[in-house]
Amino acid sequence: MHCSTPDEPSLYTVKAVFILDNDGNRLLSKYYDPELYPTMKDQKNFESNVFSKTHKADNEIAFLEGMTIVYKSSIDLFFYVVGSAQENELMLMSVLNCLFDSLSHILRKNVERRCLLDNMEGVFLVVDEIIDGGVILESDPQQVLQKVNYRADDNPLTEQSVAQVLQSAKEQIKWSILK
Amino acid sequence: MIKKFDKKDEESGSGSNPFQHLEKSAVLQEARIFNETPINPRRCLHILTKIIYLLNQGEHFGTTEATEAFFAMTRLFQSNDQTLRRMCYLTIKEMANISEDVIIVTSSLTKDMTGKEDVYRGPAIRALCRITDTTMLQAIERYMKQAIVDKVPSVSSSALVSSLHMVKMSYDVVKRWVNEAQEAASSDNIMVQYHALGLLYHLRKNDRLAVTKMLNKFTKSGLKSPFAYCMLIRIASKLLDETEGGHDSPLFDFIESCLRNKNEMVVYEAASAIVHMPNCTARELAPAVSVLQLFCSSPKAALRYAAVRTLNKVAMKHPSAVTACNLDLENLITDSNRSIATLAITTLLKTGSESSVDRLMKQISSFVSEISDEFKVVVVQAISALCQKYPRKHSVMMNFLSNMLRDDGGFDYKRAIVDCIISIIEENPESKETGLAHLCEFIEDCEHTVLATKILHLLGKEGPRTPQPSKYIRFIFNRVVLESEAVRAAAVSALAKFGAQNDDLLPSVLVLMQRCMMDSDDEVRDRATFYMNVLQQKQKALNAAYIFNGLSVSIPGLEKSLHQYTLEPSEKPFDMKSVPLATTPITEQKTEIAPVATSKLPEKLGPSRQDIYQEQLAAIPEFQSLGPLFKSSEPVQLTEAETEYVVRCIKHTFARHMVFQFDCTNTLNDQLLQKVMVQMEPSEAYEVVNYIPALSLPYSQPGSCYTLVRLPDDDPTAVSCTFSCTMKYLVKDCDPNTGEPDDDGYDDEYVLEDLEVTVADHIQKVLKPNFGAAWEEVGDENEKEETFALASVRTLDEAVGNIISFLGMQPCERSDKVPENKNSHVLFLAGVFRGGHDVLVRARLALADGVTMQVTVRSSEETVVDVILASVG
Repeated sequence: MHCSTPDEPSLYTVKAVFILDNDGNRLLSKYYDPELYPTMKDQKNFESNVFSKTHKADNEIAFLEGMTIVYKSSIDLFFYVVGSAQENELMLMSVLNCLFDSLSHILRKNVERRCLLDNMEGVFLVVDEIIDGGVILESDPQQVLQKVNYRADDNPLTEQSVAQVLQSAKEQIKWSILK
Repeated sequence: MIKKFDKKDEESGSGSNPFQHLEKSAVLQEARIFNETPINPRRCLHILTKIIYLLNQGEHFGTTEATEAFFAMTRLFQSNDQTLRRMCYLTIKEMANISEDVIIVTSSLTKDMTGKEDVYRGPAIRALCRITDTTMLQAIERYMKQAIVDKVPSVSSSALVSSLHMVKMSYDVVKRWVNEAQEAASSDNIMVQYHALGLLYHLRKNDRLAVTKMLNKFTKSGLKSPFAYCMLIRIASKLLDETEGGHDSPLFDFIESCLRNKNEMVVYEAASAIVHMPNCTARELAPAVSVLQLFCSSPKAALRYAAVRTLNKVAMKHPSAVTACNLDLENLITDSNRSIATLAITTLLKTGSESSVDRLMKQISSFVSEISDEFKVVVVQAISALCQKYPRKHSVMMNFLSNMLRDDGGFDYKRAIVDCIISIIEENPESKETGLAHLCEFIEDCEHTVLATKILHLLGKEGPRTPQPSKYIRFIFNRVVLESEAVRAAAVSALAKFGAQNDDLLPSVLVLMQRCMMDSDDEVRDRATFYMNVLQQKQKALNAAYIFNGLSVSIPGLEKSLHQYTLEPSEKPFDMKSVPLATTPITEQKTEIAPVATSKLPEKLGPSRQDIYQEQLAAIPEFQSLGPLFKSSEPVQLTEAETEYVVRCIKHTFARHMVFQFDCTNTLNDQLLQKVMVQMEPSEAYEVVNYIPALSLPYSQPGSCYTLVRLPDDDPTAVSCTFSCTMKYLVKDCDPNTGEPDDDGYDDEYVLEDLEVTVADHIQKVLKPNFGAAWEEVGDENEKEETFALASVRTLDEAVGNIISFLGMQPCERSDKVPENKNSHVLFLAGVFRGGHDVLVRARLALADGVTMQVTVRSSEETVVDVILASVG
């Protein structure tokens, strides 16, 4: 029986990372192990299974379909990092924390769906700097921010951006009440 | 324009998504602005984002449209907008597999990778390596080597990680970068250190000596990166495992020293590594357990989870080592993370005393419905282990299990429960009736065919021997009325067993059988007709042979023999004895009780090991006339581990011959062996007929040679023999690197250990589910009995184990388990002797000063009885 012996030591730590909204819709997903959930359908099934088991309780860690999943939510967003059953849970946590802190910074603490979607290019770049093909490339948010060098729109305060700020404030309040 | 878009968006409410109604064709249309001059970075950026977003949502891009968009994108390299450039890299990586001719961007990327802008260099390397294949790798090799040792950490890390990805594809090229990686490993940057270590290990992992050296170096120099420490711990524990190094090895000391690291991640990795080591003593475990104990009270859920999951694993082998943590675990049973609570409770169930079982079970039943199926299985497995430990608690458990059986749950979960109930029934005869009742209730509403048939089979086996067999008939017959074909067929077989065992039920069973003969399904009708006819004969021997114990041949073997028979029709009737016997399934090993990956592979009925051997041997012309393969032994090692040549032998028994298969491995990389054979000198009247050499045995590629031996015809009782074995071969020295051999060689030989043939090699294990019936079936015509004193044996368990392994027969009716605190025991063994003669052994054991054993042997052939008794004596 080899299930008790750890896997071959390797840098391939992260099996998948994804961000879902509060209806369980995929906003961003990356799967790094081609053997795990090879088709889009498998991936979406997995995501909806994970979402249904995790969105109610903010428990930080779960074990589903033979995978260790660490997660975190913010307003109307859910962040997930997936590793194998044998993986060091704290390593996965460090990836999740780095992802969350980096995004929180580029979104200026407005870690909610609308703001994330408005800065999607920054989100893609952040994920790309943290994980490369399943290998943890960087786990220090400061380093990630420096490498990405991305800032949310710096428009001068126009009429519409005031409206946007109000809108996002409204949503934040709404979700904090609904939660 | 943009303003308008936003306004509309706002109206549509808060849930709007700017990407929601993206149309692939519209986005690709928009991508045309990539060709406009001057480039508008903001708009282009937005379109690239849309493309990546669509790809991420699983939108399918055709090759032509993808290639078109890709080529348009390449123009954006003219812009100097940083974010836009970075998004171009991402697009390249995303499209590498769907667009054609992606190598067109090679020169742009090479320029960025070696340019002045440090922000571009790392990502450019990663994008470049993504589109580079083996042939092009040579062209950028120089740049890669430079990048690996670059002083900018992000450049070095990117180059190292990309090299690691490319090892799979171009091992030989990347291998040449080892020196650069070595240099990078001494970098001050923690991530560079980690990536360099990972690459170095990957390049050297097949060279144990190099790995050992590397470990020595890094464990001494000390690294800064916690990730690198975790990696080192994993490499060290793997090396310890492979070399079976003792726990006094410096590697173990290193892992233990990591328990005092200041980073939790490293401490946990070290504790987990120690816990997973085989043969750890309680004393070695203690420091690991105490750090895990500390983690149990961490505010971080992930850390508590990691700790309790690992403790759970310790508790399986060393419950006493975890007892010290019981208080901490108690605090976790109300944890809001139910996974943690479940693991804590199941751990406590293993370490706690019998008195705490009721309380813990109550606690767990309060939230069992909230946890995922994976953890429910963990709970069931914990209960299963508990029942073995505290048999008296089975009634509490049984109740709990029956409640769980009623809840909703997936197949794996239900199967775990059913397996658990079945094992309780088998361990505790007094729980049989309650258990069967719960299972009967379960199959009344069970959607899983596999489980229903399994339970019906169990009912057929156990039901007739209960005090009130009649009450099960209703449940079984309901299945015949209500279920699918497979379940109906299983129900018919179960009914037949009741009829065969209980005379007073026979008339009613016959009536029910009659109804089954009108079933719409062929299989069900066939079975009913068959059983009906057998039952009507009212003969014990027939019942035993055809209803209780069934066929013991290998199904693929039977299929092949029948096929052969139809190809070459003969006057003679088909002989069942010519069919190879089924090798009895090795009783399923208890799977580890932990939330490890539940295997996703469907269980296939593959050909057994013996079917494979049969096939392999039949392919050798010299063995074609030997008839069907009767038995293949487990491999026997004929060399010490770690010698020049490794040889193991598998003994194949045929009706009149034996074939010895020698699997040889040459572990010397400067030698090529040819014409390898093993010469055998028998001690008895066995005659060596033929040697089939292995023509060539290159370094580390196993090969087989065979020796054919005829068994003595005149003396059927000569079942044991010792062979002295010598391996003979032609050696050719060769170049260790290329494997190119010299032209000339010389003969050499190598003495192997002696090989024993014993009575067990002539007997195949056969499981008789109903031993009593089989005993009657064979009859006492050739019965013989003798009494022996086993002076050197101290316990009944030991005696039972010795007899089983000596005779190589199958224990039946679970008689291999000796109940505790008893002075006598009866062991039932069944098997088939070479030539197809059934043989049954009943051994009555009594423990006094030593063990006294009365052996009764029955067989259809008298000589077989003599052989067995002679060999026991």
